[in-house]
Amino acid sequence: MTNLILLFLSSIFVHNILLSRFLGCCPFMGVSSKSETANGMGAAVVFVIMLASLMTWLTYNYLLVPLHLEYLYTLSFILVIAALVQFVELALKKLNPTLYKSLGIFLPLITTNCAVLGVAVLNMNEGYTLAEALVNALGSSLGFLLAISLMAGIRERIETNEGVPECLKGLPMALITAGLMSIAFMGFTGIIK
Amino acid sequence: MSSKFKIITNGILTDNPTFVQCIGLCPTLAVTTSVANGLGMGIAATFVLIASNAVISLLRKIVPDEVRIPIFIVVIAGFVTVIEFLMKGFAPELNKSLGIFIPLIVVNCIILARAEAFASKNNVFDSALDGVGMGLGFTIALMFLGAIREIFGAGTLLGNPVVNFEPALLIVLAPGGFIVLGCCMGAFRAIQAKLASIKSIVSAAEASENCNDDKKECGGCPMSKFCSGGDK
Repeated sequence: MTNLILLFLSSIFVHNILLSRFLGCCPFMGVSSKSETANGMGAAVVFVIMLASLMTWLTYNYLLVPLHLEYLYTLSFILVIAALVQFVELALKKLNPTLYKSLGIFLPLITTNCAVLGVAVLNMNEGYTLAEALVNALGSSLGFLLAISLMAGIRERIETNEGVPECLKGLPMALITAGLMSIAFMGFTGIIK
Repeated sequence: MSSKFKIITNGILTDNPTFVQCIGLCPTLAVTTSVANGLGMGIAATFVLIASNAVISLLRKIVPDEVRIPIFIVVIAGFVTVIEFLMKGFAPELNKSLGIFIPLIVVNCIILARAEAFASKNNVFDSALDGVGMGLGFTIALMFLGAIREIFGAGTLLGNPVVNFEPALLIVLAPGGFIVLGCCMGAFRAIQAKLASIKSIVSAAEASENCNDDKKECGGCPMSKFCSGGDK
């Protein structure tokens, strides 16, 4: 049990998926200019990563391993994720239109979000059990949500700052900000050995 | 012939995937801790780009529009599996240091973006050339960032010690990736703005000379001087 709690904390803070593992940087830079969209994207990612980790874990351990087709993991994981995202989109549209309105536009983007495939591959490489894989998925995706909403808050304030040189406006400044956030997150390294 | 040449230079300069289009950031940030890693990743991505562009271009008339994205992804994933095997077999060290980012080439936006924007509309030869150009642009950007980070972060270039000051370890760690890329992107924009306003080869040469003087500011970004003077 302590093992799982440690894994959870380390995947949120110490090995933050965005700031120390560099997974999912495109949406991190692309949709972090407004808090509202950033939170929407973060929530959609938490949802999809949880489901995708469950599905890819089952695919790997109950389909690929028994058939000795482990080397096809890249192909099958991306297909599972793409199909899953489509299903989620359809289901959400039917069952919960309000939620669909707020998350819907982000869903197609998530298929090519490397955080989703990245967490699935990490779970496989580390040989996690199902419980560990799910805890790691939850921690990583909450780490994503945390980093992207912090980032959006900072970027909203940078926008109003006139001291930023012309050529650094927008993405370059966001990258430098991310670097500074990443330094701050390095401070968590000591928590877990 | 010049139009073919233009397809290649387009990927390297005008539409450079990293500095201009700003796509495919994850591997750019993660693997540029050294020149060798940058080069390895660049070659792997170039291989996948050329092969998948060519195959997708071949299939462009057969594939129905509604299911094109999943089909593109399957083609790309197939080639990624191939390159993963090749790397495991011939460059196990490199494979280890690139790690998870090899399978993640599948979701590299550059590859899907080129499939969608170029290969699905052009003939096989042009698509392969576009793959070469984009791949080279990506590789050059990765090696450039890798060189800066390796020199200022580890004090070496391709593993040989080159500097006589204490290297700043932070630059090879995660934060350095973001900061160096941010500075370089700003510098690239500033130079472009400057070139557009001056439009003379002489001053372009001066600009590239000036930037060499200024290596120690702004996290090792050699062109940081232009950040503050980037007026249009």
